Amino acid sequence: MMRFLLLFSRQGKLRLQKWFTPIPEREKKKIVRDMTTMVLARKPRSCNFLHWKDLKIVYKRYASLYFCCGLDAEENELIALEMLHRYVELLDKYFGNVCELDIIFNFEKAYFILDEFLLGGEIQETSKQVVSRAIEASDMLQETMEEYMSKPAF
Amino acid sequence: MSPSVRLQEMIRVIRGARTQGEERGVIQRECAAIRAQFRQADNGTRSHNLAKLLYVHMLGYPAHFGQMECVRLIASPRYNEKRVGYLGAMMLLDEKQDASLLITNSIKNDLSHNSQYVQSLALCTLACMGSAEMCRDLAPEIDRLLRASNSYIKKKAALCAVHIVRKVPDLGELFTPAARSLLCEKNHGVLHGAVVLITELCERNPDTLEQFRKVVPELVQIMKGLVMSGYSPEHNVAGISDPFLQVRILRLLRILGRNNDTASDAMNDLLAQVATNTDSSKTAGSAVLYETVLTVMDIKSESGLRVLAVNILGRFLLNNDRNIRYISMTSLQKIVQTDHNAVQRHRGTIVDCLKDQDASVKRRALELSLALVSAVNIRSLMKELLLFLSSCPPELRAHTTSGIFNAAERYAPSQRWHIDTILHVLTTAGGDVRDETVPNLIQLITTATELHCYTVHKLYRALITDISVQSLVQVACWCIGEYGDLLLRGECEETEPVQVTEDDVLDALETVLQSHMSSPATRGFALTATMKLSTRITHNVDRIRSIVSIYGSCIDVELQQRAVEYNALFKKYDHMRYRGSVCGAPSPSLEVCDLLDLLGGSGEPVPSSGLSHTVPGPATSTSGGDLLDLLGGLDAVERGSVKVYEKNGVTLKLQTDSQTDTGMTITLTATNSTDGDITSLTLQAAVPKSVQLQMKAPSGDVIPARGLGLVTQTVLLNNPNKVSLKMRVRVCYSSQGAVCQDTVQIDSFPSPAW
Repeated sequence: MMRFLLLFSRQGKLRLQKWFTPIPEREKKKIVRDMTTMVLARKPRSCNFLHWKDLKIVYKRYASLYFCCGLDAEENELIALEMLHRYVELLDKYFGNVCELDIIFNFEKAYFILDEFLLGGEIQETSKQVVSRAIEASDMLQETMEEYMSKPAF
Repeated sequence: MSPSVRLQEMIRVIRGARTQGEERGVIQRECAAIRAQFRQADNGTRSHNLAKLLYVHMLGYPAHFGQMECVRLIASPRYNEKRVGYLGAMMLLDEKQDASLLITNSIKNDLSHNSQYVQSLALCTLACMGSAEMCRDLAPEIDRLLRASNSYIKKKAALCAVHIVRKVPDLGELFTPAARSLLCEKNHGVLHGAVVLITELCERNPDTLEQFRKVVPELVQIMKGLVMSGYSPEHNVAGISDPFLQVRILRLLRILGRNNDTASDAMNDLLAQVATNTDSSKTAGSAVLYETVLTVMDIKSESGLRVLAVNILGRFLLNNDRNIRYISMTSLQKIVQTDHNAVQRHRGTIVDCLKDQDASVKRRALELSLALVSAVNIRSLMKELLLFLSSCPPELRAHTTSGIFNAAERYAPSQRWHIDTILHVLTTAGGDVRDETVPNLIQLITTATELHCYTVHKLYRALITDISVQSLVQVACWCIGEYGDLLLRGECEETEPVQVTEDDVLDALETVLQSHMSSPATRGFALTATMKLSTRITHNVDRIRSIVSIYGSCIDVELQQRAVEYNALFKKYDHMRYRGSVCGAPSPSLEVCDLLDLLGGSGEPVPSSGLSHTVPGPATSTSGGDLLDLLGGLDAVERGSVKVYEKNGVTLKLQTDSQTDTGMTITLTATNSTDGDITSLTLQAAVPKSVQLQMKAPSGDVIPARGLGLVTQTVLLNNPNKVSLKMRVRVCYSSQGAVCQDTVQIDSFPSPAW
């Protein structure tokens, strides 16, 4: 399973953090520090896989954001790369040419999309269309409620 | 104006802060406002306030005061509030917080909500942060959802069940029947979830594993469908149909086929098919192939299939993608012991990877190359390794040198090759070798008697070229001191001889002595070598005498002591200088000299008559001998023995076996009361100068743990001058990975046992 997924910028600023196992707050901060240090130190054309403690770390850089996930030792690193890519594609479809600012200003949407794609550290849906449709439907449900709430009461 | 703009407005303001202090100020104000809002009654902005708090939390600021708000929002009937509430719960609450228990009831209600999106929120949160208690509480609900709901909910329920099983393994039995029936679903999401759930159940319970072996044919069918199906736009990734599902199925097959012939047979054809038909030009295909290879190597597959798998890894080695090369090498490393010959076929490609730019790839290539060394390929492989050493990154050098030395030791085709290899390593990377390299090399040179002339020539040439590499200089000095006469003779069969004079050789040694690059140990070697040459040369003895006397006032105490002693040899004991002292001495270990120096601290210089006597015999033992020694040793310990050393659970006892007017025979017995074996035990002894000492071979060098065995060593002492007998014993051993060394002085010996 995936233990955690982190998105951070080239300056080491955290943009998204998803933890799939219970970890104390202090240790989360330490892991984030370690990950950003390790990944940002990598040369541009290095291999995308690292070892850290007993975990495999898979990371990929997309424009100004690093997508970094920590996996159990028996996971398949190549399919993890595909997983990261799939998430980026989902974000791209939702936001239309997604960039870092979209994720900064709409971080809760990024989480909602992630929660339709991964669950408990595993992939829950392998079809792009099904995930996108589910997000759209949830958004519609939310909007309907908000419209209803903001209509003046007569 | 849509309320969420307020969140984005706050984010903009925070990002606009120019300093850390300014940002802190903004955030403190915002948090205060949020706290105030939380205390108010419901005003329709609660979800936005919580969202703001979550953003602040992500920046690293404390947000625990939002926990109760999450609980309240989750209980709200409005979807947008629930959505943010659950998100907050996943970010701020974990199973260790008390507040998490409060949401159990809300989750339970939402699991049976009539909107599937609300159900989905509850499932997601439970799978993310559900505690063991919550899992036990809600497991029956999840089981119900596994059976009777739409595919959207079923796939989430399956992964929720996985989480529950991880938290409370006993509940696995509850989900087994539902998991089984989920395999009949067509929906990929549900199938994927089912496969993950079955994998988890099988990994935790061997009985369940037995049960699910029966579904291997079904899994094979599903897999075949994926591999042979035409283009399916919904699940296609780079020409592979649903690689995520394929990889999970292959992993499950691996677990089911492990150690089981029937299951392995059933999947053999499928694996061959996947291995041959999968297009590996993109990562998705390579991922599937990689998983296939792992499965083939782990189950009981036919040899043909195994060879196919290793060949796939070999192809991966040639791939342009660095990730794939890395993956290939980690996999080859795992199987190099079991499938050595198959991996050997790809040795050429692996060795080429030593030249890769990426440091991780280089490291893996080095590990693999070292694992592939054999008697057959040692010469060609060593050439490549030495080439690698000259350009390898600094962090890999120590590992490379020690790997090369190990390989050379095990497979050296000839002594000359061995010596040449070690010298090559010392010239290229002498600063990164282990400490024992110098004595080991000296030992090797000593035993290669026919090569003395060749070796001293090579080392002399190396010495006059460069004196910066300490290990090389030390060995060169020692060699010149020992075999300098061969150098001066000016003839050599193996290599082009040098034409040097005695002055040239002394010049070289003096350069080492005077250079600021030479460490104290190196200077010691050079001084001793100079001294030794006094017996091998004829014309320049005076020059040597003057060098030695200069160092009699050297600041370095060690060097000064040596120089003073050698000086004394020139003065008082000149007649002894030839006989038995500095010529023909066995390879000196520096520690032995130290031991003698300790005893000679009475101020008199110690002629080295004791030098040849105190090196203990090699540690050889036969099992029969051990048994006898055990019996004999036990007896000896009971009678009149004296404990001379006790530390770290290691005890050394001394017993006098027999005594005459002019000598005695004693036995040293070592026992071990710790929980781990004591290894590499060596005993060294020194006695006053008129006493002669002979140590017999010890019974072994390993003392078994917990007093289950012991090591004995007999020592013969000859005391013709009847001086008062004293002995100093140095004990060296390894205990639990740490090396210990102690010295004890024995001033009185017990009377004999008889």
